[in-house]
Amino acid sequence: MSSNWEVVIGLEIHNQLATKSKIFSGASTAYGADANTQACLIDLGYPGVLPVLNGEVVRMAAMFGLAVNATVARRSIFARKNYFYPDLPKGYQISQYELPIVENGELMILDEDGNEKRIGITRAHLEEDAGKSVHEGFGQSTGIDLNRAGTPLLEIVSEPDLRSAKQAISYLRKIHAIVRYLEISDGNMQEGSFRCDANVSVRPIGQEELGTRTELKNLNSFRFIEKAINFEIERQIEVLEDGGNVVQETRLYDSDKDETRPMRSKEEANDYRYFPDPDLLPVELDDEFIEAVRQSLPELPDAKLERFIEQYKLKPGDAEILTHSRAVADYFEAVAKETDAIPQVAANWVIGDLSAALNKESIDIAASRIEAAALAGLLNRIADNTISGKIAKQVFDAMWLGEGSADNIIEAKGLKQITDFSAIEGIVDAVIAANPGQLAEYRGGKDKLLGFFVGQVMQQTGGKANPGQVNEILKKKLSGD
Amino acid sequence: MHKAVCIIAAPCSAWLLGRQEYPEHFVSLTRDQVQQIAILARLKLADAEFDDVVDKLSRIVDFVDQLQAAPTDDVLPMAHPLNMSQRLRADEVTEPDERDEIQENAASVEDGYYLVPKVLE
Amino acid sequence: MAQATDALYARTLTELASGLKQGEFSSRDLTESLLQRIDEHQARLNTFITVTSDIALQRAAAADKARANGNEGPLNGLPIVHKDLFCTRGVLTTCGSHILGNFVSPYDATVVERINAAGAVMLGKTNMDEFAMGSSNETSYFGPVKNPWNEKLSPGGSSGGSAAAVAARIVPAGTGTDTGGSIRQPAALTGTVGLKPTYGRVSRFGMVAFASSLDQAGVITRSAEDAALLLGVMAGYDPRDSTSVDRPVPDYVAGLSKPVKGLKIGIVRQHFDEGLDAGCEERVKAALAALKEAGATLIEVDLPNIDLSVPAYYVVAPAECSSNMSRFDGVRFGHRADNPQDLLDLYCRTRGEGFGAEVKRRIMIGTYVLSAGYYDAYYLKAQKVRQLISQDFKKAFENVDVIAGPTAPTTAFAIGEKTDDPITMYLNDIYTIGANLAGLPGISVPCGFVDGLPVGLQLVGPHFAEEQILACAHQYQQLTDWHQQGPRDFS
Repeated sequence: MSSNWEVVIGLEIHNQLATKSKIFSGASTAYGADANTQACLIDLGYPGVLPVLNGEVVRMAAMFGLAVNATVARRSIFARKNYFYPDLPKGYQISQYELPIVENGELMILDEDGNEKRIGITRAHLEEDAGKSVHEGFGQSTGIDLNRAGTPLLEIVSEPDLRSAKQAISYLRKIHAIVRYLEISDGNMQEGSFRCDANVSVRPIGQEELGTRTELKNLNSFRFIEKAINFEIERQIEVLEDGGNVVQETRLYDSDKDETRPMRSKEEANDYRYFPDPDLLPVELDDEFIEAVRQSLPELPDAKLERFIEQYKLKPGDAEILTHSRAVADYFEAVAKETDAIPQVAANWVIGDLSAALNKESIDIAASRIEAAALAGLLNRIADNTISGKIAKQVFDAMWLGEGSADNIIEAKGLKQITDFSAIEGIVDAVIAANPGQLAEYRGGKDKLLGFFVGQVMQQTGGKANPGQVNEILKKKLSGD
Repeated sequence: MHKAVCIIAAPCSAWLLGRQEYPEHFVSLTRDQVQQIAILARLKLADAEFDDVVDKLSRIVDFVDQLQAAPTDDVLPMAHPLNMSQRLRADEVTEPDERDEIQENAASVEDGYYLVPKVLE
Repeated sequence: MAQATDALYARTLTELASGLKQGEFSSRDLTESLLQRIDEHQARLNTFITVTSDIALQRAAAADKARANGNEGPLNGLPIVHKDLFCTRGVLTTCGSHILGNFVSPYDATVVERINAAGAVMLGKTNMDEFAMGSSNETSYFGPVKNPWNEKLSPGGSSGGSAAAVAARIVPAGTGTDTGGSIRQPAALTGTVGLKPTYGRVSRFGMVAFASSLDQAGVITRSAEDAALLLGVMAGYDPRDSTSVDRPVPDYVAGLSKPVKGLKIGIVRQHFDEGLDAGCEERVKAALAALKEAGATLIEVDLPNIDLSVPAYYVVAPAECSSNMSRFDGVRFGHRADNPQDLLDLYCRTRGEGFGAEVKRRIMIGTYVLSAGYYDAYYLKAQKVRQLISQDFKKAFENVDVIAGPTAPTTAFAIGEKTDDPITMYLNDIYTIGANLAGLPGISVPCGFVDGLPVGLQLVGPHFAEEQILACAHQYQQLTDWHQQGPRDFS
């Protein structure tokens, strides 16, 4: 990318709140139901129906506001955003305009150089989701499914403080972690519970005035968001360097072609004619309510991250991975508490072998086949030298298959480490005697042949010799002691 | 958008007397404006009625322009006549699936979906 | 029994309730007799859009049974009609519009539910101005309603069908809705009683929305006593309506006996000017004098911004309506244009064909005043004026208990007379609109005639003062018998 340009990115996240019922009606929000089986008369905008606010969404929005250091409005208003589209049954969306429930928050991320950067969160407001349009399968028609209409959304708007696609992803991941920590959203991007639109523009470095921005939509994975933003940045720079102007428009990301292109439909007269919804009254929250919400906040990702580094002396990168998900963090802590091994070892296992096993089956840590206490048991056997780290992986695999506890498996398979000095010595002697050539080369200066000898000893012992001792004895013997 | 603004300062009751002298076709809205409004509101107006619509809408706009003279400095807008705040309901599923009964009212339905002319995105 | 039932149509609800209780006639007899009367006069007055004979007879039978078992509700077996703006389950609900000409509602409005639960017998859905937008019942897709006092004249609107049906003694009571005067004004023009409660007193759930912050459900009857009876059943908190007020419902009927002595009645200076027809003014003043004689005190009050109420209303109401009407697009219910070319065509033609001229006008005015660049100057401004007007009323009520004056500036006008200029039509609501803007309860009662046409006296109270205005109205009706006089052809 040409270094004359500065990128300016603002993100709008539409986050479905994990309530049982809709924001203004008592219909279910469960994912995957048959078309229009979860769209009641209120969701369908029938004549004479009226909205009634789900209290849970207010609590959830307040939780989010407090988690990002924002002001939770003591008084907020619902407004109608008027436009016609078939997935919007009333011909208006109930949203919030001038007085949103959350304002002026912030989030810290790390930029490319590892420095802390503050990203402002302009506002977060409540609104209802629209239904879905299905364009294929109905011939000359489009089919409308209004199950999703009325699902509660929290729209989170960032200040245009992001300066690169990487920063954008960093910010997104943090918000993603927060909403999942707070249990206000399942953050499932495939199912559409966490949707992101990106506003992207570029300007010459040093210029204060913002460039014309485009809005990118249809971004449903972190990977695609990063690619889409990068493509768009390149595209805009190319346009401007060619002497052209960036057109303010909405563009869709095509993941197959890895490109953005303008949206063909609607968007001409965007006069939404916002006005306060007369069917709903101002939402008024008192200090008591907000304090109760504050008390109920769990430890947030950043705080947990800091604590993990300090309390468990973890490498920051590892701590960050562990705290992405509250479930993983809790699992790790459970292991760390139960084991005598140092916490970093527990972290290594959770991030390494356990994650690999979970990913292979595409399951969550909640469905892990090895419970935290069991893993802790395994780590204890490494810590007390009963088995080596390498053998432990075998034991882990067996535990994953349900063959029992670490102790059971070690016993059953006879995997105890050989730590008897003279036994190892005997095998080392035998291996050295069997490989005079390599011995000569080693003594001639080829140090790395140590690995060969270690391998031979390990083979002879079925991997069970204590590696530390093997190394020690071999070095002595090979040097001629 | 150009608009000939007519501010009536006299009290409303004078209108009743002044009805007889009301000038014909006091146009405040242009045809373009009315056309744009009709599109925003998704209303197809017949050619035959269009002029009448422009005329009548203009009269109404002229009429409500009286509000401009109202002394509203330091006055808060009133969205609701009573000073109430929004009641919150419990997060419970209370609505069952009544799709089939409800869809009897729809002119065009297939496989449980409402149909509209295909939309290109 | 034939003799007794002939006079049934002349009785009030309260009188009918008594007759039923005493076994003078059955609910079935009553219902049959009224259904016949409806049939006799429908072509002439066009008060109904749908007559629900089967349902009525079923409910009548059920009511008779309930009475036999001793578990009657407060309206057991009593006839009622509903303005076609109220959703009635399984029954056509058109709102006087072509766009809902085929719409059978899948649910009952709360008002309908409560009246049904009280044992009433629904006879049909009454004609109305389209989507409640009008003051003469001339905008209905189903043709105008005729005023039974003179069939060339309008009965007022938008609840013209209920008002005319009650005035013509076809039914004793009908529900209505009032956004700018749509219950009170037709009541005045037809010599009936029209009650609009405080905003939030009666649930709006199932009452098709015109202007959400102004709409209120009410009743048209021939006596304040009947209105009190019905309000007691209709009123009360409804969790399905966020704007519904959680406040106990008093016994309005018991409260009727409160005497007028000592009542402070405010007379609005601005109401009695050149705009008010001289004959109406005279009748209203006579009514006030009667109240004074009964012990009330008349005190002049000032509502300095009341002249702005009609312009403010014609910004706020169309604005809210323009948004409320957007759901009518042919996709999920209602009229749908044939062979739409594309989505835009579907919307524009469905709505262009489905809505009448007045509704389209108000949608467009509403769209205009909310649009970018005009919102502050019109909508926001109008809401501020609304605040001013509310403050004026509040101040006035510091010195008086109720405000009294004319309901309408003239008596009934000819069908077709005011349809050329919308403003002329809008000004019919000049005395009623203020109460809607401020959310206040109001009632119109007959107070005499000018050239054989009824005149209405309006009483407006502070928030939740329904008992007060009903009592005053009732006491007035003990002193006078205007409310007992019906149109010659229908009495």
